[in-house]
Amino acid sequence: MSITEIVFWFLSAMALVSAIMVLLSKNPVHSVLWLIAVFFAISGHYILMNAQFLAIVNLIVYAGAIMVLFLFVIMLMSQNTDTEPRSKSMWIKLAGVISGLSLLIVVVAAIRQSANLVIRGEGDAIIPKDVLMKGGDIGLIENLGKVLFTDYVVPFEISSVLFLSAMVGAVVIGKKN
Amino acid sequence: MAIHYYIFLAAALFSIGVIGVLTRRNAIIVFMCVELMLNAVNLLLVAFSKLHYGAAVNGGQAVTTAGIEGQMFVFFIMVVAAAEVSVGLAIIVMMYRNVHSVDINFLNRLKN
Repeated sequence: MSITEIVFWFLSAMALVSAIMVLLSKNPVHSVLWLIAVFFAISGHYILMNAQFLAIVNLIVYAGAIMVLFLFVIMLMSQNTDTEPRSKSMWIKLAGVISGLSLLIVVVAAIRQSANLVIRGEGDAIIPKDVLMKGGDIGLIENLGKVLFTDYVVPFEISSVLFLSAMVGAVVIGKKN
Repeated sequence: MAIHYYIFLAAALFSIGVIGVLTRRNAIIVFMCVELMLNAVNLLLVAFSKLHYGAAVNGGQAVTTAGIEGQMFVFFIMVVAAAEVSVGLAIIVMMYRNVHSVDINFLNRLKN
């Protein structure tokens, strides 16, 4: 087992456990902290795939900015205690869990059979396609920046307008009366 | 790593997000589960980006930017998610100001 696989399994387990703890925590502040752990694990996956720019942006934007915004709102509403009302029946929760697991089973069963993701080897041998882990420089800032400011410059400018409208919208909605 | 592992991991994270949206009643937690689903999709996009890049390199192209579109998509998803969070949290704050609760079951009074 190579070091890459060990890191992959460790990060995957960390992401899944933290994601489940987001759901199970009664205190919303704990949920936010577990979600930050999920984002760190996903950033680790990005670094493992040599997508360095996205790893740093994920940490700064998600774990840094967005989660702090969530924490501010939770503190603002003094929701940092267990305020969620007890559900009357467990059937709703059971139905939600069963629906989510059914979705997982359907997706996994569909992907396992996909012919686009495997290579037919000798005879009936089926080899899954591999993700290039180490090497590859498409995730570096230099290459992403070149593509962003040549091929994707129009969406880039449009997203700045989107940010401006979101900022104005948040101020207008959040204003009193 | 085989692409299947990444797909299964992303599907599991996405399903956990769906379960959270369906079962939790605190609006902020529901919103966080939506963020979790967005991140599962981001992870899958980066994995497919590297899959196509690796296929192009193994196909004989030494210098290529094949698969870089996936990472650009992730970048724009992050942009949209940041805008969405700012507006969504403003709506939740306004809802809390009006009904003094973030329980999503109170939202059904819109129908009257």
